[in-house]
Amino acid sequence: MTNSISTDICIIGAGPVGLFAVFEAGLLKLRCHVVDALPQVGGQLSEIYPKKPIYDIPGFPDILAGDLVQNLMRQIEPFHPTFTLGERVERLAKLEDGSFQLFTTDGTEIFCKAIAIAGGLGSFEPRKPAVESLENYEGGRGVYYMVRDPETFRDRRIVIAGGGDSALDWTIFLADVAKEVTLVHRGTTFRGAADSAEKVQKLHEAGRARLVLSSNVTHVHGQDGLEAVTITANDGTTETLHVDAFIPLFGLTPKLGPIGEWGLELEDDAVKVNTLDYSTSVPGIFAIGDINTYPGKLKLILCGFHEAALMAQGAYKYMFPDKRYVLKYTTVNGVPTL
Amino acid sequence: MTDEVRVYVEEAPSQRREVVAPTDMALSLMEVLKASGYDIQATCGGMALCGTCHVEVLAGPALDEPSDDELAMLESLPVMTQGSRLSCQIRINNRLDGLVVRLMPQNT
Ligand SMILES: Cc1cc2nc3c(=O)[nH]c(=O)nc-3n(C[C@H](O)[C@H](O)[C@H](O)COP(=O)(O)OP(=O)(O)OC[C@H]3O[C@@H](n4cnc5c(N)ncnc54)[C@H](O)[C@@H]3O)c2cc1C
Ligand code: FES
Repeated sequence: MTNSISTDICIIGAGPVGLFAVFEAGLLKLRCHVVDALPQVGGQLSEIYPKKPIYDIPGFPDILAGDLVQNLMRQIEPFHPTFTLGERVERLAKLEDGSFQLFTTDGTEIFCKAIAIAGGLGSFEPRKPAVESLENYEGGRGVYYMVRDPETFRDRRIVIAGGGDSALDWTIFLADVAKEVTLVHRGTTFRGAADSAEKVQKLHEAGRARLVLSSNVTHVHGQDGLEAVTITANDGTTETLHVDAFIPLFGLTPKLGPIGEWGLELEDDAVKVNTLDYSTSVPGIFAIGDINTYPGKLKLILCGFHEAALMAQGAYKYMFPDKRYVLKYTTVNGVPTL
Repeated sequence: MTDEVRVYVEEAPSQRREVVAPTDMALSLMEVLKASGYDIQATCGGMALCGTCHVEVLAGPALDEPSDDELAMLESLPVMTQGSRLSCQIRINNRLDGLVVRLMPQNT
């Protein structure tokens, strides 16, 4: 069944700028739905540098990127935004009345009156290992690049590949859920959190998960879905293992992705905007944050916040061309709720 | 002593392009490659956090050992070879003259 959502503004991208746009739109009593390809909110702040301090957010001499994301989530709570996470917006259509319909990779449909693209560097896509025919098993047929719902793996035989924190963390978690878990790592030492590496070693010794070091998954096999993988050790010896799922976890890398194909005027992989209201070349579609470009553009969170405020005004005018909006300070009226 | 070195980028097997890099500006190899028109994302701006500046060192002088942070990032990538390095962690200096590197695809 397709999931269908109806809202005022659909925000593509749950990075800091997309999240703050919810606040600015909320002040104008506009409802927002936020979509992100990642399973969590925060964009680059959550994906690349959650533990790094940021020093140039007004009012915060320093704040960890992860904490800034949490604060933004608290700040937008009164506006009850809704989220579709772990799905990428693939396609959009402009309807006759000037509103839009968006389609995600997983078949979610979003009807909205205006769109704010806050897509940052583009959607984060998994780094894939160079294994032949891997793509034949994508889309629920045995190869998964992220664990969205651990229940997918209940009582299944799985192989995880990777040497970072997420490979270790999911090995530990899924050891209790799956029927068999094997972690394949190219090296001999883990540089992820030391206690996670220790836990995996203990699970291995207790026979609850298997650890295969100095090895890579080199082949995948199966007719309709994944049936087996071949693991090749650095010394050339191979082993073929019957499995139901293969989960390569090598992190994510940003790609502009579908945004480049929506007919918007672009310059160097960024969306050109009018700095009056951050509107794009298509009326009703706005672009804010790292994804846009204009003379003097700075890729800073602060600048994205400013753009979000002006975008919200522009979107309001697009939706209600006949209504006049009078700027009110939150200090005077407090934060209205939706 | 000159104030520039030559590094070579292997664009295809047996096809190497010379890149001249100044040694007196404290640049990283990533910055030099980017300035020379190579398509390197370098999302994190050189902090060993994103892995999008991954190169493979094919030949040339011995480099300093990678730091723990660099190794941790490299080990998290799907492909890591004997010569894998993050170009943002390599500082341009006189000892680099003659280095040969290959850019690794952005998603590996
Ligand atoms: C290491 C590092 C340090 C930094 N330090 C600072 C700093 O100190 N101060 C500062 O101001 N800035 C800093 N920046 C820059 C800052 O992170 C960016 O300016 C900011 O993240 C931009 O926010 P954004 O919301 O526009 O985009 P992003 O944070 O990139 O978020 C965009 C989101 O959109 C999603 N998306 C894209 N396309 C689609 C699609 N089609 N469908 C669904 N989802 C999609 C992506 O998955 C992503 O989650 C730093 C950046 C890095 C990498
Ligand atoms: S630029 Fe990000 S790791 Fe080198």
